[in-house]
Amino acid sequence: MAGKIKSVTNPKLRLDILTSDDILRLHTATLDIIESTGVRFPSKRAMDIWEAHGAQVDRITSIVKVPGQLIEDALKLAPPKYNLTARNPDQDLSLDGNHVFLGTDGCGVEVIDINTGKRRMSGWQDVADIARIGDALEEIAFHWVAVSAQDYPAKTRGLHELRAIWENSTKHTQTESIYNEKEARAAIEMAVAISGGKDSLRKRPLLSIMQCTAPPLGQDGGSVDAALVGAEAGLPVGFMTMAACLTTAPATLAGNLVVGNAEVISATALIQLAYPGAPVFYAAAQTASDLRTGAYTGGGPEDFLFGAAQNKLSDFYNIPLSMGSFATGAKEPNWHAGVENSLSTFMATVVMSDMLLGAGLLHGSRIWSYAQMLLDCEIFSIIHKVMQGIVVDDESLALDVIRNVGPGGNFLSQKHTLKHMRDIFIPQFMDRRPYNVWEEKKDDGRDWALEKARKILNTHQPEPLEGKISSELKKIIASVEKE
Amino acid sequence: MQNEDLFKEMAQSITDGEAEIAADLARKSISLGIDPLEAINNGFVMGVNYVGDQFSCGNMFLPELVMAGEAMKAAVAVLEPELARRGTERKMLGKVVLCTVEGDIHEIGKTLVGTMLSATGFQVFDMGVDVPVMKVVEKAREVGADIVAMSALLTTTMVHQKDVIEALEDVGLRANVKVMVGGAPVTQEWVKQIGADGYSEDAIGAARVAKQLLGV
Repeated sequence: MAGKIKSVTNPKLRLDILTSDDILRLHTATLDIIESTGVRFPSKRAMDIWEAHGAQVDRITSIVKVPGQLIEDALKLAPPKYNLTARNPDQDLSLDGNHVFLGTDGCGVEVIDINTGKRRMSGWQDVADIARIGDALEEIAFHWVAVSAQDYPAKTRGLHELRAIWENSTKHTQTESIYNEKEARAAIEMAVAISGGKDSLRKRPLLSIMQCTAPPLGQDGGSVDAALVGAEAGLPVGFMTMAACLTTAPATLAGNLVVGNAEVISATALIQLAYPGAPVFYAAAQTASDLRTGAYTGGGPEDFLFGAAQNKLSDFYNIPLSMGSFATGAKEPNWHAGVENSLSTFMATVVMSDMLLGAGLLHGSRIWSYAQMLLDCEIFSIIHKVMQGIVVDDESLALDVIRNVGPGGNFLSQKHTLKHMRDIFIPQFMDRRPYNVWEEKKDDGRDWALEKARKILNTHQPEPLEGKISSELKKIIASVEKE
Repeated sequence: MQNEDLFKEMAQSITDGEAEIAADLARKSISLGIDPLEAINNGFVMGVNYVGDQFSCGNMFLPELVMAGEAMKAAVAVLEPELARRGTERKMLGKVVLCTVEGDIHEIGKTLVGTMLSATGFQVFDMGVDVPVMKVVEKAREVGADIVAMSALLTTTMVHQKDVIEALEDVGLRANVKVMVGGAPVTQEWVKQIGADGYSEDAIGAARVAKQLLGV
């Protein structure tokens, strides 16, 4: 039986972080940059498409300068709502602006081993194990490739990773680790094998594709080609900017938003020009580089503000958003991780970002921690609860009950209490035990989170892929390997 | 005494990260007949040292370091022909061939490492991004590199760091060069696995590692 999926919906909280004037200025500034400075598209196919639509293309530098009107018109073709579909239709995710879904983070290169606690290089079995645990958790709505299957050759690694996820979960998969056209075509072939045909895949795309831009103001050619192939097959595709203040973007937040926005909307417009009406999403994980080292930080007040601002921008373009939240810079599940992941996720959620990426990685999305994955799920659950706000009506005002109990009584034995007590959040990983009980072992939420992950891994049986589909997937990968 | 004032101005131009002023001061020193080595060591380098010290104690930040590095580069570029004319040369810490590996276009980390290495006193040959394995090896041979430094941002392109090391071995250069690798997915374990000599998570650390590797 497929597990249910928890999402934030019908929010009672809101945050106005940018005025409509602000958004318009960001948009106008972005178009100005795309038209006057241009964005680099080092892909022959992309440049051909741009040229055919009247953009100014420099074949030497690969820089494309696009009239603002062309970008605006193209973006209007993008569908505002669609579903990320799953192998099990009960697990479809509606990207309708009224749901926030959580996925796993990606793509890490090391894993804190679930049994030994030792940090080591990630491999295929890790991808499979993480997918299996994600399959069981209601907070995890969809998968990214959480870690890299480094025990497989680079050429087909992205395909082996997909197989690992599909064999271990029925939930939607979004790959962020396929970077060229050939691999994308094979991934689609694999998705077709599961869907039972090209048309059924187009109707119910159980795979979506996320590509990173190359800030400032650039794209990776292979990524653009892979996205075009995905869009052709009807898969939702998105481009993520990770523009970082100081290094790949101006030090100012507004300037960063312009740089990232130029990258994302130019690539998104390209997809629409090639395949009008193709499902697309906006993806972003802007940050500020560390002032001392220039390194990626994975968190901080700037990230939190970006998290809240970004959905306002993608709402302006009327396309769903995949927002980088979680993904702390902390080295282990600790205070640092708790602060960053709570605040980044709250800020991205309060504005109803459609997808949140993602749970489980430490040290700026490099090191997978099963404990962190479960702790992140708890953070999501807390925010899920907070987003329900405070209901004020006759039932919740509970005047009869208050009168009944009167001064000095207590509410423990009231039927009203029994009826509503389960509305109150029950934490899994917060330590509310008496002090002396804690003192005996001095264990905490991290230990319990890890324990839960181990238990799921040992007991959870995902709905398997049919044997013949599984071997079909292997065959497709093998044929790419032979080339 | 007049020279002392000029040297102070030179140091200040570096501290302020003013490349144009630094270049102007370099030209002025040539016209005054000042030994370019003296201009570098008593003038500009003092600014670099000051910025380095201020950075170390947390009063200055990376952008200031980078701008100081660029100002230094501008000054040295002006002084170089004069150095050559006098038949002298600036003593460098070593030669570094730097690139982002084949198939990978991610530039910023690599460039930042280049700036830090130059500012520290290395001669840097930055080959840019998406550089084929053999091109790196040829360049290392051509310039007599002490260090080959490679960046990669993707786990799929990171494998070319290994290819370069193997190619260096094949052509018999490996024993003569130290190999440094970097980029977000690079870990200590990867460094060990491919037999590289050093790595750093950030650019400032990279300059430190380079010095350690050459024992300078």
